[in-house]
Amino acid sequence: MTETQGTLTPVLTANWADDRSWTLSSYAARGGYDALDKALGMSPDEVITMVKDSGLRGRGGAGFPTGMKWSFIPQDNPNPKYLVVNADESEPGTCKDIPLMMASPHTLVEGVIISSYAIRANRAFIYVRGEVLHVVRRLQAAVAEAYAAGHLGTDIHGSGYDLDLVIHAGAGAYICGEETALLDSLEGRRGQPRLRPPFPAVAGLYASPTVINNAESIASVPSIVANGAEWFAGMGTEKSNGFGIFSLSGHVNRPGQYEAPLGITLRQLLELAGGVRVAPTGQARELKFWTPGGSSTPLFTAEHLDVPLDFESVGAAGSMLGTRALQIFDETVCVVRAVLRWTEFYKHESCGKCTPCREGTWWLVQVLTRLEKGQGSPEDLDLLLDQCDNILGRSFCALGDGATSPITSSIKYFRDEYLAHLEQGGCPFDPARSTLFEEAMA
Amino acid sequence: MSAANDQHGITDATRAELREIAARYPQARSGLLPMLHLVQSVEGRVTPEGIQACADILGLTEAEVSGVATFYTMYKRRPVGDYLVGVCTNTLCAVMGGDAIFDRLKEHLEVGNDETTADGSITLEHVECNAACDYAPVVMVNWEFVDNQTPQSAVELVDDLRNGVERHSTRGPRLCTWREAERVLAGFPDGLADEGPSAGPASLVGLSIAHENDWKAPSGD
Repeated sequence: MTETQGTLTPVLTANWADDRSWTLSSYAARGGYDALDKALGMSPDEVITMVKDSGLRGRGGAGFPTGMKWSFIPQDNPNPKYLVVNADESEPGTCKDIPLMMASPHTLVEGVIISSYAIRANRAFIYVRGEVLHVVRRLQAAVAEAYAAGHLGTDIHGSGYDLDLVIHAGAGAYICGEETALLDSLEGRRGQPRLRPPFPAVAGLYASPTVINNAESIASVPSIVANGAEWFAGMGTEKSNGFGIFSLSGHVNRPGQYEAPLGITLRQLLELAGGVRVAPTGQARELKFWTPGGSSTPLFTAEHLDVPLDFESVGAAGSMLGTRALQIFDETVCVVRAVLRWTEFYKHESCGKCTPCREGTWWLVQVLTRLEKGQGSPEDLDLLLDQCDNILGRSFCALGDGATSPITSSIKYFRDEYLAHLEQGGCPFDPARSTLFEEAMA
Repeated sequence: MSAANDQHGITDATRAELREIAARYPQARSGLLPMLHLVQSVEGRVTPEGIQACADILGLTEAEVSGVATFYTMYKRRPVGDYLVGVCTNTLCAVMGGDAIFDRLKEHLEVGNDETTADGSITLEHVECNAACDYAPVVMVNWEFVDNQTPQSAVELVDDLRNGVERHSTRGPRLCTWREAERVLAGFPDGLADEGPSAGPASLVGLSIAHENDWKAPSGD
C-alpha cells in the first residue's frame, strides 16, 4: 500500500483490453468471483461496514454514501428485500457504464451478488436502458454463465445463500434514470417519479425495502471487498474516496474513458488526452466551456481547469461532479445553440407529472429558440432566469433542476454571446467549423 | 422484401412467450416493458392486438397498457422498417456533426424525422444521447452502435443496408433487423453476445496510457 499511485488507476477498466474480456473464463483468469467467496465468508453486516468504511459514494451523480444507503434497509421489515441496479445511463455526456457492461459484465454481476448478500436480498434486477442492444446481449450472457457456474441461483458457493438476477431492458425514457421513476417503470408503469418519503430503502420495488445503486457503484464493490476498505479510501480526496471513470468527449484529441482517483483536474486529463483538438489548418483552438458531470451540471469554462474533480471542490466552484461526463466544447461552438439543444432534450424527456417542469421546459425552449434566431430582446435573458427560478427547487424531481443548469450557467459566463445573436439578427457562428469533418464540408 | 409490412399476428406461441416474460418477475406486471418489446418483434409495431394480449395476460385494461406504451420512445405506433436508423442530435453529437448527418440522410432517403422509406427498409429518426459521446458523432442502427460517422459514411451505411450488403456494428455483430433486435430486448437471447470486440478504441484510451506509463492503482490486501 506504500507504493506511489499512478495518475490513472485502472481498476474497473483494467481488464477491458483482455481477450474476450466479457466472458466468465477471461474474468475468472484475473481472479474474478474470488471477492464473492471472501464476502460469503463474512457476515452481511461486515460487508456493509466494509463498504461504509471505504467511503464509496454513489457514482450515478448524487454521490450519496453507498454503504449508508445499504444500512438504511430495515432488516425487521417482513417484506422481501430487493437490489436494483440503475444502468439506465442516459444523462447527456455520460458514457461510462455502457462500455463497462459491454467489456466486463461480470464485474457488475459479481458486484450485484455481493451487494445483494449484504442487504439480504434474494432477488436483484439490472435495469439497463433498451437502446444498447449489444450491452443487453453481453449482460444476458454473463448472467447465464454465472448461473451455470453456481455464482447465481440457489446455495451460491455452498453458502446457503440464494439469489436470482433478471436483466430488464427499458424502453427509452431519460426520466427512468431517476431512481423512483425507474422503480415505477420496473413495475410495468409509466416512468414517473414518486413522492419521498417513503424512500426506496423502506418502500421501494413492490413497496418493499429496496436498494437502488448506479452500475459503476455496484461494479466497484468487488474490488473493495478484494482489496479492503483502506485501499479504496487511500485513493481520491479526503471526502471523495476512491477512483472513478472520467469520460472525455467532444473537442479533444483523444476522447475516451480515463479511470483516475477522484480529485484529478481537467487540466491533467486534457494533457493526457492530447489537449483541445487542433483545427484542420493546424491552428490551435481554445477550450470554451465544458460540463463536469453531464448536461444537468452547470457549465464550467477555462477558468475551472484546475478545480479538483471531487464532489466537494466541484460543488464549491458552483457545479456538480455528477457522472464525470466531461464534454469539451472549443471556441467554434455557439453556447446558445448548445444550450437550446439540451433544453429541447429536457422538454422532450419531462415526464409531465409536475407543472413547473412540464410547462417550464416548454417555455424555456420557446424563449431560447427566438433568442437563437436573433429575434428576441435583451429582456428575454431576464425572462429565462425568472423561468429557471420558477423551475429550480419547485419541480417534483431533479430533471427540472437539471434543465435550468445549462441556461443559468451559460448566461452567467456568456451573456454577451446571447446579446450578439440579437445584435446580428442570428447566430454569429458557422456550425460547420465545430464538426469533426469540417474540412470535407468546407 | 420488407418485413415491416409482413405482419404475423399474435399467435398462441407469442402468448406463451408473453406469459413466460411475466413469470420472470415476482409481480407479473413488471414484465410489461419486455412484453411490449416482444409485441414489436412480432408485429413490427405496438398494435391494438398486442396491447390486448398484454392486457389479457396481466389482468389490466387496454387503456392501462396503452398508457404505458405511449410513454416510452422505443415503442412505435406506426410500422418500423427493417432498419431503424437513429442519428444522435443531442448537443455534443449535433455539434460534432450529427446535425449535418441527419440533414444529409433526410435528403438522401427523402424522408423526414420518424418516417420510413417507400420500400419499407429504413425508418429514420433523431435520437437523444445514447451514451457513446467519446465516439461522436454516433448513429444507431437497431440500437447497435455505428461510431464516428460522417455524412458520407452514413449515406454509404444506409445504401448498404437497403441493398442487402452485410454491415457490422463498429462494436458488435452483423446488423440484424429491428424485429430481431426487439426480441433480444424482450429477453430472448440471439446467441450473438460473443461477436464484436471487448471495447472500442476510445474506451481503451486511458487504459493504454496507464500501461505506457506503468501507472496502476496501489496493490491491495
